[in-house]
Amino acid sequence: MQISVNGEMEIIEPQSLEGYLSDKSLLGRRIAVERNGDIVPKSQFSEVILEDGDVLEIVHAIGGG
Amino acid sequence: MTDTIQVGSYTLKSRLLVGTGKYRDLDETGRAIGASGADVVTMAVRRTNLGQNPNEPNLLDVISPDRYTLLPNTAGCHTADDAVRTCRLARELLDGHNLVKLEVISKSRTLYPDVVETLSAARTLVDDGFEVMVYTSDDPLIALELEAIGCVAVMPLGAPIGSGLGLQNPYNIREILDNLKVPVIVDAGVGTASDATVAMELGCEGVLMNTAIAEAKDPVKMARAMRLAIESGRLAYEAGRMPRKRYADASSPETGLIE
Repeated sequence: MQISVNGEMEIIEPQSLEGYLSDKSLLGRRIAVERNGDIVPKSQFSEVILEDGDVLEIVHAIGGG
Repeated sequence: MTDTIQVGSYTLKSRLLVGTGKYRDLDETGRAIGASGADVVTMAVRRTNLGQNPNEPNLLDVISPDRYTLLPNTAGCHTADDAVRTCRLARELLDGHNLVKLEVISKSRTLYPDVVETLSAARTLVDDGFEVMVYTSDDPLIALELEAIGCVAVMPLGAPIGSGLGLQNPYNIREILDNLKVPVIVDAGVGTASDATVAMELGCEGVLMNTAIAEAKDPVKMARAMRLAIESGRLAYEAGRMPRKRYADASSPETGLIE
């Protein structure tokens, strides 16, 4: 199935959000995730099963004024 | 000094608020922020690079949320919707921390605040439980409206972002100060220490700056200069300056002179 992550299309196997983040070495890092416009709390990463067409935004903190 | 400022539910020990952009590296960021004495430190929220080295240092490793009051901004957002989404992501990123710096910037070369979008975003964020420190123009009526909406601090510009021109609008800032009850913090436009002092002498509760420190030749030294400038300006404001006179007024007694 195909999902969009930070504006890039990606083909992935069906899996949980936690599984996806783990594959990307992002689990446990200071990030926040929005899925289809809604925040996904960290506590729900394992419960959320990604679906075809999902749009994810994964963000972190950087320097800014 | 036991001087503090109250911004919403936050009690701040320093009247200098600083940004973390434009530094050479995270090490310099950490040293400059440390030298500034600030406890409110702004940060931006951006897409994570998925190919990134997982061991790459993160801003939050240098600017620990345990030591500093982090103030996520909405820089780069041109619409109220994007600003609100960014704030919600920031709140999740910082484990429920609800203090944000709202800025909705126009796409023009002035980077002037888009006050129409800013007002709209401020209403949504306040309703959603955020404590909103809002970057805005120096329009006294808009400042009043932002206070009425429930923003915890109103932050008018002193000059365009990153311009370093110093306060170009002391009369507007003074007018805003006279009318608002929430803290007024000058955000943007400061170029050097004396600019920060001028803002504080006007009676501002604080100054937020980034470029003036980060783009100094020696950012760590400038951070300390700004810390002292803010403190000096505040003390001078509290002390109350002498009246201006048109003619000289001798400092030594004019009686008892030898003849």
